[in-house]
Amino acid sequence: MTDTAKQGTTVKQEIDARGSACPGPLMELIRGIKAAGVGDAVAVLSSDPGSNKDIPDWVDKIGFELVSNEDLGGYHRFVVRKTR
Amino acid sequence: MHRIAIIGGGPGGTITANHLAEQLGPEIRRGEVGITLITDQPDQVYKPGFLYLALGLESPEHIRRPVRELVSPHVDVKLERVERVDTDRRQVNTAAGGRYPFDQLIIASGTRLDPAATPGLAEAGDWFYDEQGAQRLHAKLEALEGGRIVVSVIGVPHMCPVAPLEITFMLDDWLRRRGKREAFEITYTYPINRSHSIPEVAAWATPELSARDVRLETFFNAESVDAGEKVLASMEGTELAFDVLIAIPEHRSAAYLEASGLTEAGWVPTDRATLAVKGQEGIWALGDTTDLPVSKAGSVAHYQSSALAKNVVARVRGDAPTARYDGKTICFIEAGLDRATFLEFNYQRPPTVSEPTRTVHWAKLAYNNAYWLTARGAL
Repeated sequence: MTDTAKQGTTVKQEIDARGSACPGPLMELIRGIKAAGVGDAVAVLSSDPGSNKDIPDWVDKIGFELVSNEDLGGYHRFVVRKTR
Repeated sequence: MHRIAIIGGGPGGTITANHLAEQLGPEIRRGEVGITLITDQPDQVYKPGFLYLALGLESPEHIRRPVRELVSPHVDVKLERVERVDTDRRQVNTAAGGRYPFDQLIIASGTRLDPAATPGLAEAGDWFYDEQGAQRLHAKLEALEGGRIVVSVIGVPHMCPVAPLEITFMLDDWLRRRGKREAFEITYTYPINRSHSIPEVAAWATPELSARDVRLETFFNAESVDAGEKVLASMEGTELAFDVLIAIPEHRSAAYLEASGLTEAGWVPTDRATLAVKGQEGIWALGDTTDLPVSKAGSVAHYQSSALAKNVVARVRGDAPTARYDGKTICFIEAGLDRATFLEFNYQRPPTVSEPTRTVHWAKLAYNNAYWLTARGAL
């Protein structure tokens, strides 16, 4: 799936990890990012409240870019760009 | 005749085969039902035994039994490698040319290690998740007088989620008993920001690691191994030099499942309650190969087999499949060489971790032997 997120970022892959318990959404995101190219953005949908801390913390640690974190009512959509 | 095919000779395959043979006894004797179990492995191996094998505390022959001895004589065992499931013709094709038509199919073929997914790992790393790997690791540990040991969880999900912690605690004890612990630096790495994916286990394990002077490196997603320099590098940019790398490699489902189009993101999409494979009619899955958010552990396959067998029997008899798996999981955790604890949880109820005791350790050792009654469907 390809769409355009905030700041003109093109999302190459969207992972629906809703219903997956912690750390499912983060691990799904890591798997997606591993397979992505530098500059690509990956979106992950998570209904796990723990993701709100785990995903930004990991993005901060690895030095990638958290393009957006949207509360869509019952779940969040995180868009992360692989910057290196 | 109603034909039931089971792929896999591990716990999920043999326990389910035995439940079905018992529950469908009258139909089998009347020639109305036939059960075929297809596996390319003549022996079933009790994989929790690899932990002990890696430290020279167990022997390979003690943790294996012939599959034919584990299943009911009413089950026809075929020792063949499955190449493909033809879902249109509803038959299982094997490399030996076997064609096994089915009315119902049970996928119980577990998972396989994929060390090649991490560059350099196969050349420079070790693991204890198969017999050869555990024996090779043991030889290496015996020969070492000191150095840096890195225990790295690379692939998640992986078999037996607590085993990486267990090997770390057991190894620490093993080295202390030999008077060599101070000559070693042990580091444990995990992909997320705690020591285990289950928060309750992490809360217990993190201070245990610290008390044993094991360094914990979190948010460590291993990316590659420099086999020449013996350095493990993570996506996050951390590098760890090692003398022995005890890795938990990436896991994948069986190759025939990918070739048959029965996987999504590497695993078989399975209904968490009925264990029916999503989008298929009369095809079921259990154990390590499913995409369910449960541990890839023998106890899961054990408990799933009860519900799954009932649903298969219901379908044979024209009834609705109403049995449900509730996520029940039991895991022993060896917290060293003479103490253990255990976890029990399900989809709704998270686990609690009690203080490890010698009693639970001995219960674990007793179950290691009693397991073969489980495989036969008797326990």
